[in-house]
Parts: sequence; C-alpha cells; structure tokens
Amino acid sequence: MTDAFTQWGMDSGWAIFVASVAGILLIALPLMLAVAMIIYMDRKVWAAINLRRGPNVVGPFGLLQSFADGLKVFLQETIVPSAANKGIFILAPIVTFTVALLAWAVIPFDAGVVLANINVGVLYILAISSLSVYGVTMAGWASNSKYPFFSAMRAAAQMISYEVSIGFILVCVILYAGSFNLSEIVMGQLGHGFGIVNGYWFNLLLFPMWVVFFISSLAETQRVPFDLTEAESELVAGYQTEYSSMAFALFWLGEYANILLMCALNTLLFFGGWLPPLNIDLIPWFDVPGIVWFLLKTWFFFFMFSWVMATVPRYRYDQLMRLGWKVFLPMSLIFVVVISGWLMFTRYGGAA
Amino acid sequence: MQVFAFYLFAVLMIASAVLVVMARNPVHSVLWLILAFFNAAGLMVLVGAEFIAMLLVIVYVGAVAVLFLFVVMMLNIDFSTLRSGFMKNAPLGVAIALILLAELVFGIGAWRAGGLDLGQPLGDAATMAGVSNTKAIGALLYSRYLFLFETAGIILLVAMIGAIVLTHREKRASRGQQNISRQVNRRPQDATVMRQPTVGEGVEL
Repeated sequence: MTDAFTQWGMDSGWAIFVASVAGILLIALPLMLAVAMIIYMDRKVWAAINLRRGPNVVGPFGLLQSFADGLKVFLQETIVPSAANKGIFILAPIVTFTVALLAWAVIPFDAGVVLANINVGVLYILAISSLSVYGVTMAGWASNSKYPFFSAMRAAAQMISYEVSIGFILVCVILYAGSFNLSEIVMGQLGHGFGIVNGYWFNLLLFPMWVVFFISSLAETQRVPFDLTEAESELVAGYQTEYSSMAFALFWLGEYANILLMCALNTLLFFGGWLPPLNIDLIPWFDVPGIVWFLLKTWFFFFMFSWVMATVPRYRYDQLMRLGWKVFLPMSLIFVVVISGWLMFTRYGGAA
Repeated sequence: MQVFAFYLFAVLMIASAVLVVMARNPVHSVLWLILAFFNAAGLMVLVGAEFIAMLLVIVYVGAVAVLFLFVVMMLNIDFSTLRSGFMKNAPLGVAIALILLAELVFGIGAWRAGGLDLGQPLGDAATMAGVSNTKAIGALLYSRYLFLFETAGIILLVAMIGAIVLTHREKRASRGQQNISRQVNRRPQDATVMRQPTVGEGVEL
C-alpha cells in the first residue's frame, strides 16, 4: 500500500504514515462491524440451543439488534460513582478496548495481508493478551465497590493462570513451525498431515494441545464455563457493575474483539489460517480467496464458543484454578518436552 | 522520525518513573510503573531488539506488574500511619539521597569527560550479521553462556521450590479437604431419593 501512495506523489515518510493509518482503519472498522454481527450471532445460537427465537424484531431477522443496542447505550448517561477513583475508572474501559484492537495488527488475513509482519508475532500476541487483564483489574479497583473488586481479583488470578499454559502451547506450535512469525506458522501447515491436510491439528502430538488451547482461550476471554468474573449469581455483573453508557459498551466491544481474536488464533495456529482445509485441488478451492477461508474458520470457532456457552454450566472457582495449574500446566509442559524430543529425533537426527 | 520516537519514549519513561515515586496512591504508582515498562520496551524496539522488548512486556507487564497490582490493591492504606514513622526513617532516607546525588554528579562528570571507547567486538563476541536477534540471542545463550544460563535456571527452580514449601500446608484430615474424583463421580442417585408420598402423610427418609 505504501508504494501506491508514493506513486501518487507523496514522499516516503508520509506514504508510510498514511498507509499505516489506512491499514489500521481497514482492520479496525470491519472488526467493529464483525463484533456487532458476532454479538447477534452469539445471541441467536444461544437462543436456538435453548429453543427460543432470540433477537428477531429490529431489522430483517433481527440483524440490526446490535446496532439498536449500541444506539441505546450511546444515548444513556455516563455515571461516574462519587466514591470511584475517577481517572482510573474512566481509563479502564479505554484500556480494555484499545488492547483488544492492538493485537489485530499482526494477524495475517491472507498471504501477505497483514498490517505488521513482524518476526516476533506470536510473542507480540502473548504480550498484548497479557495486557487485557489490566482493563478488568483497573475497573474493579477504581469502582470502589465490593463486587467489582472481587471480580477484579478473580480476573487477575484466572488470566495469569491460563496464560502460562497458553504460553507453553504456543511454544509447541513454534517448535513445529520454527518461527515466531504468524504468516510463516501458517505456511508451515501447508500439507502438514501426510501432504494432504493443511493444519497442525492433524498431528497426534499437537491435537491434544489444540484441545487445551481451545479450553484455555475460553478461560482467557472469560467465556462461559469460566466466566467467574461476571458470575451474575455471585457478583451482580462483576467488574462492569458500576459502568454505564459508552464505558460499558467499550468493555462489551473489547470483550468480543478478544473472543474473535482467540478464534482467529485457533485458526492460525492449528487450522491452517487462510489455507483451504485440504491440500488437494478436488474442487478449485485454492482459487477461493484466502481471506474467505480465514473468516470461515474463525466463524466456525466462534460458533463453537457460542455452543459451549449454551451447553456448559459454570465452573466453581477452585475447580477453575485446579484445571489451570494441576491439569493444563503439567500437561502442556510434558508436551513441550515430548514435542521437542520428537522433533530433535525426526528433524535433526537424534543427539545434536 | 526515529529521533522523535526516541525522545517520546525516553521522556515518557522518565516522567512515569518520577511519578512512580511521587504518586500518593500506591495503585497509581504501579500503573505508572507499567507505563515506564512500556516505554522501555519501546526503546528496545528502536534499537532493533524486538525480542527483548516483547519479553519485557510479557514478563514485567504481563506477570510481575499484575502481581504487584494484585497485592497493592488489597492493601488497606492509611496515609496517617504511613507518615508517622517519618522522623525515624529520615537518616536512612537522607543517606540514600546523598548516594543518589553522588551518582548523579559522577554520572554527569563522566558524561562531560567524553564517551567511553568500547572498541569493536571481535571473534566470538562479534555481532552476527544477517541473523534475527531472536536467533542471535539463542546462539549465544545456548553455547557461550550455557553454564550461566543453566545456573540461572537452577536458581529459579530453587526459588520456585522454596515458594511452594513456604506455602505448603500439612493435610488436615478432618475438614477442608476435597477429593476431586469423588466429587466428579458423585451421581444424582447417591444424593437424592424419589418418593411418591400419599397426600397428607409426609415422607420417612
């Protein structure tokens, strides 16, 4: 994109600047639209599993429901509790929302379609996803109210716990791909399973890791079996109890942008990103643009997220901690050892 | 552009470091500290050490500072008791201030005396050309500094075991112990009985 702007007669510094801004807008605006539609889809799937109709009044099939909700929230009054720590109270939703958008900079939507193709893409994602806890923690503390505070404590502990196992799972994938770059990780999956299947999931050593990653991503985004931070039977609405209007909407948008990010990561790390599912040209599906495959796969994972939400009851807090530290952590550690041993054996011919 | 970015990060980092010390509220201090970490990571990116920058954010911002925040948020701080020990600790404070002042004076003096001529690294220590810095760090860490690296790993392991030992509690047989497999394997039939009582008689259990 930079080249196009230089051809229109800008000097290179300005061209890079304009191209970056255009790229950011090109990702962020459709992402916001996607978040609105995905909230609608979430409610629809949930309703269908509960044998209800779900949103069906605003627009055809209720498609405009999210926009109506957004408008409603936008017109509400922003209430800042008098006992709240004002600066941090206002900063918290902004941090949540910004951090949720930041990680999308390194997500490749298609071959070469990525805002920042950096060498340490996976580490960047890990760094950014570890930041998302701050929004919640700051909100909980600044509200100066007991339920949000409990929620913040829970969120901090929960997200640190599951980040550890996510980190080890990422190490497993990186060992196979031999690169931190997300595009190279996707290209490493081309024909990974016997030259036919595109994706690391078709691998006895990595499939269990994908299962753990999927469950950890539910925990990391505080989705339903692990939504103890906003367990409404215990904590009213958790950290967002004191929030109203746009501040509340920012939390909501950030949360769903994070969920979409986790779905995209499932796609990129284990299911071959923008590559078609199989590496054979039965039907001409290599002609389908890669972004279509990417979005389809991400959409499928979001469907799984909704499915889990509608069917699984909430965990108890000690069970959540037990699962993270006593089951997932040892398991992913053992897999790092086994996978590196296996790769040493098969790729580099035994002892180095 | 580079210069602008450098001064932006540097100024923000120093300003937030100052505010870490100056902030009244410890939670604000931790948040300023996080901002300082961020700007440090930005500076690392500017010198081309993106791997170190990411590690800085992951380890310090993502884990250490979260725990700081976690602990500090739970403190119930009474500012009057905080100030009460002021005179007792004043000599120590003055001593630290003097040491810092001396360091500043020496630092500025050394800076004015001209740059340190470090020379070019040669042989093993030479910068590897055309290798991403992740690979360069790996190549150094697992060959030349292997012994130091392993030692650091063992020290961390000892610290970890120490922390576990400190928080480990003996099993108390009577209460508070959970047997997860028993909880999971419990079935409705074990806990409930279905009765169809005749009206007006009640149930014998």
